[in-house]
Amino acid sequence: MSLSNDDVAKVALLARLRVSPEELSTFTGQLNSIVDYVAHLQEVDTEGVEPLAHGVEVRNVFRDDARGEPLSREDALANAPKRNATGFLVPAVLD
Amino acid sequence: MSQDTAVAMLARMESGEVTSEEIVRSLLDRADHERRLNVFVHLDADHVLDQARAVDRRRKAGEPVGRLGGVPVAIKDLLCVRGEPTTCSSRMLKGFRPPYDATVIDRLRNAGAILFGKTNMDEFAMGSSTENSAYGPTLNPWDETRVPGGSSGGSAAAVAAGLAPLSLGSDTGGSIRQPAAVCGVVGLKPTYGRVSRYGLIAFASSLDQIGPFAHDLTDTALLLKVISGRDPRDATSVDLPVPDYSATLDTPPEKLRIGIVREFFGEGLDPEVASAIQEAVKLYEKAGATIKEVSLPHSKYGVPAYYIVAPAECSSNLARYDGTTYGHRAEDYSPKYPGEENIAELVRMMMVSRAEGFGPEVKRRIMLGTFALSAGYADQYYNKALQVRRKIRGDFDAAFREVDVLLGPTSPTPAFKLGERTADPLSMYLSDIYTITANLAGIPGLSLPCGFTSQKLPIGLQLLAAPFAEETLLRTARVFERATDWHTRRPKTA
Repeated sequence: MSLSNDDVAKVALLARLRVSPEELSTFTGQLNSIVDYVAHLQEVDTEGVEPLAHGVEVRNVFRDDARGEPLSREDALANAPKRNATGFLVPAVLD
Repeated sequence: MSQDTAVAMLARMESGEVTSEEIVRSLLDRADHERRLNVFVHLDADHVLDQARAVDRRRKAGEPVGRLGGVPVAIKDLLCVRGEPTTCSSRMLKGFRPPYDATVIDRLRNAGAILFGKTNMDEFAMGSSTENSAYGPTLNPWDETRVPGGSSGGSAAAVAAGLAPLSLGSDTGGSIRQPAAVCGVVGLKPTYGRVSRYGLIAFASSLDQIGPFAHDLTDTALLLKVISGRDPRDATSVDLPVPDYSATLDTPPEKLRIGIVREFFGEGLDPEVASAIQEAVKLYEKAGATIKEVSLPHSKYGVPAYYIVAPAECSSNLARYDGTTYGHRAEDYSPKYPGEENIAELVRMMMVSRAEGFGPEVKRRIMLGTFALSAGYADQYYNKALQVRRKIRGDFDAAFREVDVLLGPTSPTPAFKLGERTADPLSMYLSDIYTITANLAGIPGLSLPCGFTSQKLPIGLQLLAAPFAEETLLRTARVFERATDWHTRRPKTA
């Protein structure tokens, strides 16, 4: 398959990345060569093969539902790029 | 002194010949002198000295100091250290100071280790040369025109250059073993689940594993023991007893059944690397090993499967960097390119923050992963890659029914030149052709020095074993190390 600049622009929006027109054509070329390369996977007969999501498969790890010490508000806010005394600040979401 | 092993340093501290403070002072001087290698992205001398003095006081008072009491350990810059800069060599995390310690950091502190700076890496551990760092590349101590491998290039170079006897790295597709090979040190990737990933800044969560770098296997065994074991804060860490790796290291395995992987000797393997590996095979034969040729028929699908699975997980893990709770936020995110005026301000803030914060390789992988998971393509790419992943695991399971350890080269070539592969992402990806399948299968692997090329570049021997067979891996490797002196060679630094 071949990805167009428009396809890649759509992926960039999904990925929340601004790309300049120059970057867009570079990425389109590079992504196409990588996608061509990974297409080799289609050669493998995987009929009926269960997907493997983890090398060491661990299932349903339980712990007691006990209350622990949470991160303090100040610790949580300490690295915020923009904040006030109690929360993170972001551009207005609603008009 | 700076080129001593950790065990030698411990002996000298125990005998009272030297203090931890004296050791770290000498290493701090050396780090300053070797600054051009660009190994450390953060090294706070006062903080290092405080830790060393504290251990010296305890030792002097006759109190227990821990298995690593007073030994400096350099830390890859993706492990969270409370209150200390932790950046993943990315502009995105410039100035970030984590509110907690990674579990491995906790364990190092409890063992009396001195946290000796944060080491350079490929941004968010994506790369094989440490050139994708916002701080610029680390130089290979054996040849400063060459890369130290990656992504844990700073941690490998720290040990090779004698800036720390031990270091920690992480391995998602070869990021410990490949830099260990090209820097002439030992590097071990434990089984997935052997070491807690809590506080490891995630790249691909089903593949990432933390592991040690050292000059030799004795030091490797010591550090592996300290960091291993179940952690309730990482649900994928496995509740199995941790053997005392040091205690059994010098006992050769009762049976030495070694498999030579046919697929690891194909096209693209440097002839000098190939001949060093053949020499290693002869040495094992002489030591009484049964050598058997084995096949991992799906090996050639390792790199393509990886470049779906890892970017898919990366695109999801790195979604958290959105300029909101921590990390970089753009100052100006007003519309610039056509169509952007139709995008909500909040989304634009995220898009521009991410565009400014991430470097090109990270962006490429986020986009590749987003594509592979997007509607209409997930079955064809992501699910297919996970099915192939099971076939790859099946190859290993079959091989380990016949042999105990698999042997081959770690990297197809010795260290390559700075800049040689940066323009072509695919050529860079192929640096990990022999290491990547171990991550997909979750099995442990190590690289140890096994010779030099005619240009005096180190060559690494890779050994792989079944899940949780680190003890077999170390003991088998030790048979080679005892019979050779490659691990005692040190680069001539300026």
